[in-house]
Parts: sequence; structure tokens; C-alpha cells
Amino acid sequence: MSGFSVTEPSRGQKWIAGILVVTYALVTLLPLLWIIATGFKSPSDAIAYPPKAVFEPTLEGYVNLFTTRTRQTPDYLAENPPETWYDEIVRKYDMVVVGPSRYGERFLNSIIIGFGSTFLSVFLGTLAAYAFSRYKVPLKDDLLFFILSTRMMPPIAVAIPIFLMFRSLGLSDTHAGMILLYTAVNLSLAVWLLKGFIDEIPREYEEAALIDGYTRFQAFYKVVLPQAATGIASTAIFCLIFAWNEYAFAVLLTSGTAQTAPPFIPTIIGVGGQDWPAVAAGATLFLLPVMVFTILLRKHLLRGITFGAVRK
Amino acid sequence: MAEIVIKNLRKEFGSFTAVQSSSFKIEDGEFFMLLGPSGCGKTTTLRMIAGLELPTSGEIYIDGQEVGQKPASQRDIAFVFQMFALYPHMNVRKNISYPLVSQGMPKAQVKEKVAEVARILGIEDILNSSVSGLSGGDRQRVALGRAIVRDPKCFLMDEPLGALDAEFREHMAEELRALHDRMGATTVYVTHDQLEAMQMGDKIVVMNHGVIEQFGAPQDIYDKPATMFVADFIGSPPMNFLRFHESLDVGATTAHLHGEAVEIPALREAFDGDMVYGIRPEHIRLDDAAGYRGEVIATEYLGTTQIVTLSTSNGEVKARISSDQIAKVGDKVGLSFNGTTATLFDNQSGRAIRSALNEGVLSHG
Repeated sequence: MSGFSVTEPSRGQKWIAGILVVTYALVTLLPLLWIIATGFKSPSDAIAYPPKAVFEPTLEGYVNLFTTRTRQTPDYLAENPPETWYDEIVRKYDMVVVGPSRYGERFLNSIIIGFGSTFLSVFLGTLAAYAFSRYKVPLKDDLLFFILSTRMMPPIAVAIPIFLMFRSLGLSDTHAGMILLYTAVNLSLAVWLLKGFIDEIPREYEEAALIDGYTRFQAFYKVVLPQAATGIASTAIFCLIFAWNEYAFAVLLTSGTAQTAPPFIPTIIGVGGQDWPAVAAGATLFLLPVMVFTILLRKHLLRGITFGAVRK
Repeated sequence: MAEIVIKNLRKEFGSFTAVQSSSFKIEDGEFFMLLGPSGCGKTTTLRMIAGLELPTSGEIYIDGQEVGQKPASQRDIAFVFQMFALYPHMNVRKNISYPLVSQGMPKAQVKEKVAEVARILGIEDILNSSVSGLSGGDRQRVALGRAIVRDPKCFLMDEPLGALDAEFREHMAEELRALHDRMGATTVYVTHDQLEAMQMGDKIVVMNHGVIEQFGAPQDIYDKPATMFVADFIGSPPMNFLRFHESLDVGATTAHLHGEAVEIPALREAFDGDMVYGIRPEHIRLDDAAGYRGEVIATEYLGTTQIVTLSTSNGEVKARISSDQIAKVGDKVGLSFNGTTATLFDNQSGRAIRSALNEGVLSHG
């Protein structure tokens, strides 16, 4: 069978393809499934050996994730009956809920920093890519190479200089600092990706708009941007995924106010035994925003990946 | 509508000169063709008229107003692109109304205008469809609609039929010319297709290497080419060139090709040196009595006529003769030239030598 056959695949081939796809999906989705399941297990079920596939689901993990608790004397517990459903859950371990945990704040930080830097990367990237694509920029090729070269070493290689710079500029542990840092890292990707997309948009569209009586900026805004929507969407997804998942710099540069979720989640394990369900619950919730964002833009993403591959 | 005057227009891209120094005038209501091979500067000239490129030097007058350095949006012209450049994220109606919206025209009036244009172009039934599903011809009509909806001062068209199938192109060319005749709009049309230029144009500018080779009515350009480039570029097959060396005086009416006397239009200037005898294929007859001889090396049947390729002592010659006449490969035949239609060229510079035939054309060409 030749590699470029255009005939319908036979039944057998379809079966093989199907099995391959399902196997691949299982392999990649199994850890995810395990994390989601662990989030609903009790601590003892979570570390049971052999692992339990069937278990009694509980919200313990989620309650532990969002609350801080203290152990109390039996007298105190007897005097103060539980007031809420989550209080009742922690009573099993002779504990009471004394307040919310930091998870909510950290999660919000992740959203502010992740989406903020994504917006900034895509915004600046689109303008830069448009200029590189349409205008005569002196030393264009060198500049583009320079921009790309910032991706050539692992970002962590510059961790120490950045740490020192952030400290002297007062950017350590600030939202602005983290947004700036992630934007700087993402911008090169954004410029290169978007330049490719904008290069593919024929100049004639803009020229037609210019002749139809629009200014250069109106032509960019009304004609080029809608055409580049696909590219902008897929670039945004890539930028968000990077900023959202970034761990090393977040550990190094944030500790309190601006700490994002990734460095926080492992600390949940902390005191009084290993609370795997809470960690798993934190990880599960952490997955959601990127998933939702990607699903919302997936039509664009798919077109974005194949964009330019086939000429009309 | 407006007349367009181009004066000493020049465009350089870095060290490359796209247009040397063009001057010509497009009369009000004229269908004007910019013709030439690719890279000759015709599109650059058109884009300068449109304001999509700014000239390095020179002036452009549209309707008496100098617009050379003005942006496209202030020139009140319409442009039809080769690839149509319909806005892909808008439907047909939006595409056509887009230029009106930019002028801030009230909605009701826009609607009326679009309906009128759609009627003229016969695209009323596709107004609400997306442009991506349209056929080439319909896209072309929508592009035209977007151009005419605004009543601009002139239409500029950059090979608008280039993206269409050959079969459909013919039809669209007729449609375009009919539309022009009805609207009487000044139109500047860029093409590399000499047939298209001859068929549709009131006047033609032939360009090569950024220089205007000739400017005139299609018939003048065909019959009285000003340079060898024009003679070769226009006509299919092109004009035959027979090289010879002679000294001719003013008033001479014969030249000698390989010793055989051939008729020429009375010369208006003397010339001594290497010349070219230029004769169109249809002005050559196969005539056994003629003294100038050649051998048939190929024939091409074209229906009512046939193209006969002959080898002569001055090189290969193509003759267009009636299909009834029998010409077989290997036949040795005589060639007689309709000398009054011939043009003599200076072999070195390629320019036409003035004669009774072309003096009127060359003087203002």
C-alpha cells in the first residue's frame, strides 16, 4: 500500500486506526483520570495498595484544599456541633474549620498573571508582527533572529540575573513583575507565530480598504484583525498554557502576594500527613481554566494549526 | 468622471527603477490600457495613480488636481485587484457597501445603491451569500460592484481577468467593456495580454523596462509600431523581422533584401546602416512569380487561415494565408510583401524609421 493512496481505508485499516487512537487516548488520559479520581477519594483510599478503582467518593479533598483546620479537644467538639456541611466532614478527624486556605488567592493570581501576560503578549505580538510583515524595518532579519534567539536557551538559565534584577527593581513577588516576565518569554513566540499568520493575509485586502476610504489603522483594525483571528487565538492558547503552567520562576520570584497556583499546590501536602486528595483536587481545579479557554477557541486552534499548510 | 494626466512619473525601489519617466494623458471616459510584459512597470504605474505607491518624482493629476503624494483614501478612485480582494469575513452585500459605509452614507441610501449596482451586474440573487463560495466570475462581479457603487472619479483595474478561466475571460471582457460603455467611466486597465488590450482598449500604452514604448490607439500600435519591441509584443504571431544593410535616402520607396527589391512606404528620413524590414504575417503572400524565395518548413492550421513558417535568406518568416491555399513542408515558394504596410527599424536602437506610413503616429507618440 503506497503512502499516498487516496482510496478509502479498508475496514481493517479503520479498526487498526481506531485501536491506536483509543490506546493513545487511554495512555494520555489515564494520569488525568487518576488525578480527578484521587481528588474525590478519602486519604486512606488515595494511598491504598493495590489502588482502588472503585471507592466511595467524598469531598474531603476539596474541603481540605479550601480551608485551614485545627484539631480540637473532644470537649470543645461536643459543645460546638458542626454548623456547615464542610465542618461536618472535618469532624471525622477531630478538627474544625477555622478559615479559608490560600488556594483561592493563588488561583486568582494565576488567572491575573496568566491572562494578563497572554493579553499583553498577543497585543504587542500582533502589532510587532504586523510591522515586521508589512513595513520596511531596518535590519528586519537580524531583529527577527534576535527575537527568536531569546528562546534558544532554557529560561531558567537566566534565573539568577532575573532574580537580582527583580529584587533591585522591586518587582519580586508582584503581579506586574510576573506579567512582565511571562510576556517577555512569550513575546518571541507570539511575534513569530503571528508574523506567519499575517504574512498569509494578502496585502490586497488592506489596499482595497485604503482605496475604499479607510485609514491605515482602520484597515488594520477592520480587515487584518478579523483575518488574523485564527492566528491570534492559537497564539493566545500557546501563551496562556506557558504562563499558566510555569513553575520554576514562580517558585523563585514569588512567595506571597503574587504567588501563582503551581508553586502553591505542592505545599498543600505540608502538615499532618500527606494529603494527596487535596493536592489532586487543587490540580484538577487548576486544569479547568486552560481547558475551558482551549475549548472555547478550539475551532480556531484547529484551523490555526493547519493554516497555511494548504494553499487555496 | 475625470481625465488623468501623468507627468514625468518616476518610481525607484532602492536601486531598481521600476518606472523611468512616464508621461501620458487619459481622456475623460476613455478605456485606457497599460500593456507590457511582467516587470515592465505597468502595475507600478497603476498603483501610483491609485496612491498605493508614492512616486519618487513626477506628478499625477486626477480631474485637474495634483494627487501624487496623497494617500489612496483621499483620491476618490476605485481599484479592482487581480485576486479581487473581497473581504472574506463579509458577505456580498457588506463587501459592496463597505466603501459607502466609510463615507458615512445613511443606511437606507446604502441599501438602495447596493440594490442598484446588484441589478446592473446581475448579482441580486447572491447579495446575502458569503464570498468564499462564489465562482470566479461572481467574485469578479462583486469586485466590480464594490468599485462602481461609489461613483468614483475613475476605475483602476490590475489584470482583473487574470484569475479567470480562459473560456470565461472572453465573456467577462465583453461584460466589462459593455459596462464601461454604459457608464462612460474613465478606466485604466493593466494587462499583459495584448489581445485583451486590443479588444477592449480605446488607447494603449505599451511599456517595457519601465519605459513607455508607444502610446496610441490599438490600430495605430498594431499597424505602425514605434519600436521593434512593440512590433514583436503585439500580434500573434508577431511581426516578422528581416535584417538587411543599406543606405536609403529620404523618399526612397524600395529596399533590397538579399538583392531582391521590396516595396517600402516612402521614407521621411534618410538612413544608412543595419536595418530591419518589419512586416506583419498577414501582409505576406505566397506567390510563385515573386523573386524573393523561401522554403516552407512548417504549417499551422487555424481554421480559415493558416500560419506558414518559411526559411528565407534573411531568417525565419511567418505568413498568415488563407487555408484554401496549399502549402506543403519542403515547398520552395516566392514571397511577395504588401510593402506599404511595412515598417523599417533601426537595427541597433530598435526604433522605427519615419515613413509615409507612420510619420503621423510617431510625431506625437
